[in-house]
Amino acid sequence: MRSVDQIKRGLKVGLPIMLAYFPIAVTFGVLSSQAGLSVFELTGMSMFVYSGAAQMMAINMILLNTSALEIVIATFVLNFRHFIMSFSFAHRTMATPLKWRVASTLFITDETFSVTTVEKDAVKQANGHLFYFTFVFVSYLSWVIGSFIGGFVGDIIPDSISQSFSIALYAMFIALLVPSVKSNFRYGLIAILAMILNFAFGQFFQEGWSIVLSTLVASGLGFLALRRRTS
Amino acid sequence: MTIWMMIILMSIVTIIPRILPAFLVDKIKFPDWVGQWLELIPYAALGALIFPGIINIVSDQPLIGIVGGLVALLLAVFRLHIIFVVMGAVAVVYLML
Repeated sequence: MRSVDQIKRGLKVGLPIMLAYFPIAVTFGVLSSQAGLSVFELTGMSMFVYSGAAQMMAINMILLNTSALEIVIATFVLNFRHFIMSFSFAHRTMATPLKWRVASTLFITDETFSVTTVEKDAVKQANGHLFYFTFVFVSYLSWVIGSFIGGFVGDIIPDSISQSFSIALYAMFIALLVPSVKSNFRYGLIAILAMILNFAFGQFFQEGWSIVLSTLVASGLGFLALRRRTS
Repeated sequence: MTIWMMIILMSIVTIIPRILPAFLVDKIKFPDWVGQWLELIPYAALGALIFPGIINIVSDQPLIGIVGGLVALLLAVFRLHIIFVVMGAVAVVYLML
C-alpha cells in the first residue's frame, strides 16, 4: 500500500477518536482555566502530558490544594497502565522501524490502544507504520487544539454552564469504566473496593495519597483474589 | 513547585512508561503476574477517581453529583458514545442547579 493511502486510512480510523476527544479537551480547557491555569500552561499540559484522566485529576487536585509532588506521583500511578498497553502494541508491531514504533507509543492512550488492538493487519502491509502514526497523531492534535480553544472560551462561559461541566470528568471516568465492567463484573468489584478504600483513606490522608493508596491496594487485592480463583 | 515544573514532571512520568516498551520489546520477558496486576490498575484508579469526588462537584449538595453520576452510568450501560454520556450528565446537572 502506498504511503499516502496509509495516511488516508489513518485519518479515517482516527476520526471517531478526534470527535470524542475534542469536546472533552474543550471541557478540560474550560475547567483548567477556571482552576487558574493560563492558556499557555493548560495547552502545554495537553501537549506534554496528553492524558485526559491524569490532566483532569491534576486540575481536580490543584483545586483541592494538593501538592505538586502528589499530583506527579498520582499521574505516574494512573498512567502506568500505558506501559502494559505500549508493551502489547510494541510487541505486535515489532516488524515496524524502531523510530516509528517509538513515535507511535508516545501517543498511546486507552482509546488509541483499544483501536490498535482492532487494526492488526496494518503491521503486515507496506508503510503500515504510517497508518499507526497518523491515527494516533491526529487524535493527539484534536486533544491539544481542543484544550487551547477551551482555555480561550473558558472566561466567556456563564457560571451555571461551567459549573455543570464539573460533572464532565466524572461522567468520562464512568463511561470509560462501564464497558469493562460489562465484559467482566469483577472489574466492577475492584472499582467499588477502590471507592470504599478511597473514602476510608480520605479520612486520614490527603486526597492525592488516598487515590494512590486505594488504587494500589484495590488492584493488588483484586489481583490476589483473581489469582487464587484461577490457580 | 511551579506549574511548569509540575507539567514537565507529569510529562516525564507519563512518557517514559509509554515509550520504554518500544525499546525493550524484544529484550525483556515479564513475569505473568506483573502484567495481571497492572491490568487491574485502571479499574481501581477509575473507581477511586469517581468516588467520593463526585459527591463534591457542588459543595454541600452531594445529591447533584450522585444523580449526575447515575445518569452517566445509565447512558454508558446503554452503550451511548462517550460524548453523549458526558453531555447527558452535564445537562442533568445544569437542570438541577
